[in-house]
Amino acid sequence: MRSPRPRFARPSLVVTAALALAAVAGCGGGSSTDGGGSAAAPGGAFTPPKIETLKSLGPGEGQVNLVAWAGYAEDGSNDPKVDWVHPFEKATGCTVNTKTAGTSDEMVNLMKTGEYDAVSASGDASLRLIASGTVAPVNTDLVPNYKDVFEGLKLKPWNSVNGVAYGIPHGRGANLLMWRTDTVNPAPDSWGVVFDPASPYKGKVTAYDSPIYIADAALYLMSARPELGIKDPYALDETQLKAAVDLLKQQKQNIGEYWSDYTKAVQSFKSGDTAVGTTWQVIANLVEADKAPVQTTLPKEGSTGWSDTWMVAAQAKHPNCAYKWLDWIISPTANAQVAEWFGEAPANAKACEQTSDKSFCDTYHATDEEYFSKVHYWTTPIAQCLDGRTDVKCTDYSEWTRAWTEIKG
Amino acid sequence: MTTLTTTAASPGMRRRAASFLHRHAGVRLSLLLSAPLAWLGLAYLGALAALLVTAFWSTDVFTGDVVKVFTWANFTDLVTGEVYRTVALRSIGVAAAVTLIDLVVAFPMAFAMAKLASPRAQRWLVIAVLTPLWASYLVKAYAWRVMLSSDGVLGWGYGLTATVVTLSYLWLPYMILPIYAGLERLPNSLLDAAGDLGARPWRTFRTVVWPLTFPAAVAGSIFTFSLSLGDYITVKIVGGKTQLIGNVVYDNIGAANNLPFAAAVATVPVVIMLVYLAAVRRTGALENL
Repeated sequence: MRSPRPRFARPSLVVTAALALAAVAGCGGGSSTDGGGSAAAPGGAFTPPKIETLKSLGPGEGQVNLVAWAGYAEDGSNDPKVDWVHPFEKATGCTVNTKTAGTSDEMVNLMKTGEYDAVSASGDASLRLIASGTVAPVNTDLVPNYKDVFEGLKLKPWNSVNGVAYGIPHGRGANLLMWRTDTVNPAPDSWGVVFDPASPYKGKVTAYDSPIYIADAALYLMSARPELGIKDPYALDETQLKAAVDLLKQQKQNIGEYWSDYTKAVQSFKSGDTAVGTTWQVIANLVEADKAPVQTTLPKEGSTGWSDTWMVAAQAKHPNCAYKWLDWIISPTANAQVAEWFGEAPANAKACEQTSDKSFCDTYHATDEEYFSKVHYWTTPIAQCLDGRTDVKCTDYSEWTRAWTEIKG
Repeated sequence: MTTLTTTAASPGMRRRAASFLHRHAGVRLSLLLSAPLAWLGLAYLGALAALLVTAFWSTDVFTGDVVKVFTWANFTDLVTGEVYRTVALRSIGVAAAVTLIDLVVAFPMAFAMAKLASPRAQRWLVIAVLTPLWASYLVKAYAWRVMLSSDGVLGWGYGLTATVVTLSYLWLPYMILPIYAGLERLPNSLLDAAGDLGARPWRTFRTVVWPLTFPAAVAGSIFTFSLSLGDYITVKIVGGKTQLIGNVVYDNIGAANNLPFAAAVATVPVVIMLVYLAAVRRTGALENL
């Protein structure tokens, strides 16, 4: 059985480095809040604390301490066949100590203790770690497998600053639109099907039970109501948030249930209680495995999604073993294993030849940059607009949370 | 006892300590009560006090840190926000419905256990009532989810009704056991006497059984009411699109990292329970527990 981590846990109100985050996303250095240690440069980029990169790789230190999402460092204890930790230990002599974190907040706090060498950070944690000087830039020359990572994942705003890589991409996935082919006709190609007030599938629509789902509504409004001027679904001002909230309140009339636990989504699609709604690829696979007639698509508006990055601590006590782990986790075999276990697209292009299911990479669109160009990876909304606007204040995640409570009534 | 003998150096010292305690009643009492009082004061009331204090603070939206400056803002939001009123009322309604259903189901069950079953059967029935408590809460909630799904045995679908039904099932033992204990203490002779004096079953129940077991029923209702009021997992599993107070707390603390507001919301069930206990006290039921 696959065991995706509870994704509802990942978004979090952050924001030790909110200023930095905003700046990275292209927000001009207009805000003069003197909060973080990193100041926004006039050009809009932000300057992280100067931290030396590892120049050359030495012998392993005998162990490495990781902070990881559940399912990212499997040692066979969940399923004896799912084990890429022991082979690593055997090959490198580095014993792996894994601390599983449940939320991005927890990851940041754990990394700040200085006890850990590497972390699998999500988009809403990675920049905080960079700006606070908790993680060091990664010398990608010391990670041989990095050359095989998909170009679409390299040097992205959530894993690099000013063209300097701060981590190694691990994998990615999109939130998809799924429907039961026996009840939903014609096959939808737009999120409109879950937002239509006169939906014929009243009571059988599902949605993700988390404030971050507001971004899905915002994404739909980007094309459905262009006059709102939404450019980034994670950067909403008051008016835009209200429009998204109104849309979701209206959607609630047609909702059968919200889901945050993936097993719940699997079961309700299987039983037919849910006919259409947002989903993950892994859920779709599990439902299909049970012979339920479902189909998924990446709607024409695009979708929300996630992308994770392995980063090395600035104060790592075992940097050599940490680099060896980074290289190992994106090596074709291990990357294929973790991608299949977790249910996401691998980062390494060569991993596609190593998957036990030969069509795995096609199913997860691993090589399809066109597909992922439509994915807006999860980021924590903060007061400084992530889309670069400086004339308005955007709504932050705590406002989103209250709005979500209001939507659910 | 054993610790005393091992720690005391000699029998003479032990005797001296014993006589010292005998003469100083105050010391004796404080030694006896210090552990439970420390537990009650620090671990229990301390946690509640911390909750209450936190509720008057706020979070810095920029850094995410808790700002320890007194503010009424959380409570203002809580009182003025219509959605919180709706959710609170809904939670009370669910808790009341669960309590009522459990009472109606539990009373005949407990009566049969206490008064009709043979002593041997009684033991087995108690075990049968307790057995569901051995299974994980989640397993039971998911079992109901499967039963309630449209292709399940019941097929009622999810929502508020499903939540009430599932919670009633989950907390039923907490209602049966106190009532059973209360009925056990009710002498059979009273029932016989009522019958001899010509009371019909219903009258016997109304004037003899119910008044004497009322405190037990109240004890059970405190369990079911407070447990339902604090629940957020069942409603997540079978609640469809509804939410209760617990979910609001969970969302604010788990997702938004807004501890002060979550604390403010969490005071709502505490206040409701205090009102409930005060109301119960007025009926005099607490004196007979």
